[in-house]
Amino acid sequence: MSGHRKTDRRLWWLLGVAAVVSIAWLLATFWLVGATMDPQDRDTVWGLLESRLTLICLTWGVGMAAIAWGLMRWFDHWVTPSVQLAEEAQVLLRTDVVRNLHPKGNVETKVLADLFNQLVVQREELRRQMDARVSEAAQGIEQERSRLAALMSELTQSVVVCNLDGRILLYNNRARMQFRALSQAPGVAGGAELIGLGRSIYSVFDRKLVAHALENIQQRMLRGAGQPSAQFVTTTAAGQLLRVQMAPVRSVQTQMMESAADRIELTGFVLMLDNITRDYEAESAKDQVLHALTEGSRSALANMQAAIDMLDYPDLDAAMRERFLGVIRDETRSLSQRIAALESGSADSLKTRWPLEDMLGADLVNAVLRRIEIITGLPASSVEVDASLWLKVESFSLLQALVYLTGRLADEFDVRFVQLRLGVASGSAGKAQLDLIWSGQVMSTETVMSWEMDPMKVGNETTRLTVRDVVERHGGAFWFERERVRHQAFFRFLLPLANPQEQVDAALFVKSESRPEYYDFDLFKTTEQTRTLDDRKLVDLVYTVFDTETTGLNPSEGDEIIQIGATRIVNGKLLRHECFEQLVDPKRSIPAASIPIHGIQPGMVLGQPTIDQVLPAFHAFAQDTVLVAHNAAFDMRFLQLKEKLTGLVFDHPVLDTLLLSAVIHPNQDSHRLEAIAERFNVTVIGRHTALGDAMVTAEVFMRLIPLLAEKGIHTLGQAREAAQKTYYARLRY
Amino acid sequence: MSQKILIADDEPNILISLEFLMKREGYEVVVARDGQEAIDAIVRERPALVLLDVMMPVKTGFDVCCEVRVHELVRDTPILMLTAKGRDTDVAKGLALGANAYMTKPFSTKELVQKVKEMLSRGGVQ
Repeated sequence: MSGHRKTDRRLWWLLGVAAVVSIAWLLATFWLVGATMDPQDRDTVWGLLESRLTLICLTWGVGMAAIAWGLMRWFDHWVTPSVQLAEEAQVLLRTDVVRNLHPKGNVETKVLADLFNQLVVQREELRRQMDARVSEAAQGIEQERSRLAALMSELTQSVVVCNLDGRILLYNNRARMQFRALSQAPGVAGGAELIGLGRSIYSVFDRKLVAHALENIQQRMLRGAGQPSAQFVTTTAAGQLLRVQMAPVRSVQTQMMESAADRIELTGFVLMLDNITRDYEAESAKDQVLHALTEGSRSALANMQAAIDMLDYPDLDAAMRERFLGVIRDETRSLSQRIAALESGSADSLKTRWPLEDMLGADLVNAVLRRIEIITGLPASSVEVDASLWLKVESFSLLQALVYLTGRLADEFDVRFVQLRLGVASGSAGKAQLDLIWSGQVMSTETVMSWEMDPMKVGNETTRLTVRDVVERHGGAFWFERERVRHQAFFRFLLPLANPQEQVDAALFVKSESRPEYYDFDLFKTTEQTRTLDDRKLVDLVYTVFDTETTGLNPSEGDEIIQIGATRIVNGKLLRHECFEQLVDPKRSIPAASIPIHGIQPGMVLGQPTIDQVLPAFHAFAQDTVLVAHNAAFDMRFLQLKEKLTGLVFDHPVLDTLLLSAVIHPNQDSHRLEAIAERFNVTVIGRHTALGDAMVTAEVFMRLIPLLAEKGIHTLGQAREAAQKTYYARLRY
Repeated sequence: MSQKILIADDEPNILISLEFLMKREGYEVVVARDGQEAIDAIVRERPALVLLDVMMPVKTGFDVCCEVRVHELVRDTPILMLTAKGRDTDVAKGLALGANAYMTKPFSTKELVQKVKEMLSRGGVQ
């Protein structure tokens, strides 16, 4: 150890006590010895001692020095090490410092130091284990989340999860498609203004309706129902009939509670949506057919019956007889006409169907192939399967029918190999054709007929169903065909396709490479903010980042918007899949000089909606958000000039990435979007389409937020103020 | 003097038979081809009985029934409903609205004639 070491005060105390005690002991000794002498001897001794007093003091001093040395040694060896050990242990206790204590001093203290070291090691080990477990759990949660998201996205039912404010915090692909069908907005952008993370479900459903359903659920929970849910049917603004099932989301803590009253604390709700417009229409059509067949026929029959009764009168004159016969002919003809019309027009709606489910055609084909191989042992493969097709099928019975047919082919025609083919039916709209192909000897029509009508036998099981039953219950068709050129034959099943609108979207979805962000559970925590937007933190706000392409630069001189693209930022995440992209028919020519810039040919905007149709949808898309654009003033000018036309005012707060960039980097020459993107290392894809530019702007904006925070700009109000200052500063130069 | 019967139906094919039948049975026949015509004819002609179809243009047989039953002069006119609406609920509705009897199409003319005679002999509403 180097430097001066402070001596323990207790050492001085002990030394002082030793000095006092030794002096007292000396005095007491003198007094005792003196008390045993007579006065004469006492004087003699005192005389002897008085001259040697210095020597006595000196001996006492040496004695004290020896004691001091002893004490110091004792302290060094016994006291100081434990004091130091205590201090160092304090450091270890109070901080996360990991280091070994040096054992010094006596044996016991060294043992203690060693024990402390072991405890520290143990603590570190525990901490490491804990950290590992926490990160494992976090990973688990993350995995579960993405598993849930994956599961949800593949579900064929629409699911939307909301918090109690009605803000959407999770939805799946099917819900997105369904909302698209609900949208009144034109074109491809439709639906994006209705569904999105953080958006309000009340833009689709009446708030009171949802509140009522929630209340029902709460009452059921109070009564102790285990799986309370509520159901309602509602018509949307777009005239669709939706059946909605609602289930509660309870907070995790309250689920553990004992009493029912404690368990009803809700944090949100799950909505499962079914668009029953079609079912309803089908039901109505069926009703109409039944009605037409019963009541409609009754009158005709009555007319005929009455006329026939009249013919029985023997004294009927010829003219009258002819009139009654005319009535009968007339009624017979109209009755058969009506029946013919009904049969051709509404045969579909009359048949009883099994509940059919939406299934990806390729999945069905794979399942059938597996089944065939397992049950019949015949090798089977697929050819020309359109992977984008969604079928509406009862997969199990269909699977049985195909396995049954393959079985008979193998047993009776010695077929050694079958193939499956799936495509869109060429002659029948809304249907797919699924072919079971084989090569072998010719088959007679009678054979096909009997196979179709025999109860199906699959493996050792016989069912009561026939192939015809299966086909009819699908509202489909079944036949046998030969391809002479290829020496092949096939059974063809015509099967219903899932709703065409949904099917197109599903195909797009299958092709998209990344799983979209359809959930944000952090929204569970956000509740309706009462603070004004200006006081809110930039990181907390929801943004609509947008860009427009225009015919030119002067809106006041007749230039018009020809494309709007926008995307959303919610909770600091760019939601690439919640985008708005729409071409607009400007109702004027597009200057040839501008075409290289935006790449929009005049032909592309023909037949597109006009600005008065597009702006309401965009306005709804941007509702309750902050608008962000690069050189926002330009785009806002175009929007504002249309306020009179549409009656919609774009009075959202606006942030301009150009100005914000100038706030962050006042010394840079260029604040063009390309330049900023390069500075921030943002990859630019698809620039100069409105959506492409909006995406780049959004990326740039998200990188600006933390840099603004470093400059002390945290809230929207501060950002706007700073931008304004820069704006004026730039004006001056 | 023969009793007067009003036949209200918009279908010529049934009118021709019913008119012939009733005339043969010795009744005087008046014909109406929609609901309003039927009401006017009832007030004007004061028939002893009305054969009333339900599904008629302008006013339905149900409407005619209601109006007749609140009309001071003709409220007691017996009404026999002839209709293609065969459900129990429709029968109940017709009788509730004031029809005295109800026959569902198609019907046998013999039964109809019997019913008409029976109603006329009873001399109107009890």
